[in-house]
Amino acid sequence: MSSIGTGYDLSVTTFSPDGRVFQIEYATKAIDNSGTVVGIKCKDGVVMGVEKLIASKMLLEGSNRRIHSVDRHAGMAIAGLAADGRQIVARARAEAANYLTFYGEQIPTEELCNRVAYYVHLCTLYWWLRPYGSAAILAGYDRDGPQLYMIEPSGVAYRYFGAAVGKGRQAAKTEIEKLKLDQMTCREGVIAVAKIIYSVHDEAKDKAFELEMSWICDESNREHQRVPADLLAEAKAIAKAAQEEDMDAD
Amino acid sequence: MTGKQPYVGQALDSPHAFTLAPGPTKHTQYPYVTGTSVLGIKYKDGVLIAADTAGSYGSTVRYKSVERLKTCGKHCLIGASGEISDFQQILSYVDKLILNDYMWDDGNNLSPRDIHNYLTRIMYNKRNSFDPLWNTLVIGGVKNGEKYLGVVTMIGVHYEDNHVASGFGNHLARPIFRDEWHENMTLEEGIQLLEKALTVLFYRDRSAINKVQVANITAEGINISEPYALKTNWDYKAFKNPTAGAVGSW
Repeated sequence: MSSIGTGYDLSVTTFSPDGRVFQIEYATKAIDNSGTVVGIKCKDGVVMGVEKLIASKMLLEGSNRRIHSVDRHAGMAIAGLAADGRQIVARARAEAANYLTFYGEQIPTEELCNRVAYYVHLCTLYWWLRPYGSAAILAGYDRDGPQLYMIEPSGVAYRYFGAAVGKGRQAAKTEIEKLKLDQMTCREGVIAVAKIIYSVHDEAKDKAFELEMSWICDESNREHQRVPADLLAEAKAIAKAAQEEDMDAD
Repeated sequence: MTGKQPYVGQALDSPHAFTLAPGPTKHTQYPYVTGTSVLGIKYKDGVLIAADTAGSYGSTVRYKSVERLKTCGKHCLIGASGEISDFQQILSYVDKLILNDYMWDDGNNLSPRDIHNYLTRIMYNKRNSFDPLWNTLVIGGVKNGEKYLGVVTMIGVHYEDNHVASGFGNHLARPIFRDEWHENMTLEEGIQLLEKALTVLFYRDRSAINKVQVANITAEGINISEPYALKTNWDYKAFKNPTAGAVGSW
């Protein structure tokens, strides 16, 4: 970003001469510094995991959640600024509720994704707004089955088989690509995601973290729920063991 | 409607044709399709709520398979007498309430008391805007070992009791409950008592039918029976010559 400070980054309504909007790139930077967020679509559902960095040892366990339910059949994991993310979640909830009262059925995941993406994009169109400093990974289950989307600060949104954002996204993506997602159940997916989160976490450099996980699959009644405590504990144990094995090998 | 005020249905050449009738909306202030009594009792292990499945259009028993007992959340059930469409509206309010509670994901669930309080606020608020929801609701449930049974009416009157009834049931069922109810009733005794009261209602309430449902709410969960027919007996002496005690001119 050689043009920083040349005046093209003051507003989201100003393009730089080479056709970029710096404010959006700065928003992306905010996300790149956050804990890793991973989502994968397995054969029977979607699993999301967050490496939630703990700012202080005095925080109550489980506080400052980064995974939120949007409706019974949809949930979001947030990378980047947590507070901005909550705003996106609030909008997603409002859209889901509005769709339900208007059409009398649950909002399809794709429609929900589009509406939220429109909203996020709006913040890149006016000089008095700043873009959201968060990316949202959206998991949903509707009549077309389980789906996974990611919405970025630019307002762009894609559907994924596996998505990763945050500090460890590169390593995480490489790991996701090795998985056989179309043969994997969510139960296996939970363990795979836990392993990835633990493996991309740099214990020497990074702050302590808490693994936050949710899923939406047949086992969760096609509802977005936190991964059951016993399964999460099992996944953590396996992930830690795998990590230690790796260290021994080095 | 007096003088030159416009009114709905006036001649099309009137200068006021196609204008709305003045004054408050009144068509929402009277019920169209209604359900009759709902009965509820506490018993040894929980709460029983019963109702028939009639939906009356005025005095015509127009619909015979209207289910008026609905679960709401994990611990609670609502039974409704009165306007059926208003009940459906109430259910959508409650669904929204429960969805929002679900999204908090704090491990807590709304208790029957919470739901009763909420519905009381809704009913009283609507009556104060002169547009009441034309129902009497029976709310029952079990949470944390506490049995709960309450009523709220279309004007917001609310109370709790060991046994309750709405509408005609207040006159025909509650006297029976007062004589026969006791705290340690078994499930069988409870159902028997309710069926007895429902049969009396069927004999004496022209809007009641003998197709009924009984819901059983315990700490283990909620079970609403499929609709079934009550046994009736028309051999009572008073039924054979119903006008014997009411001498008239013909």
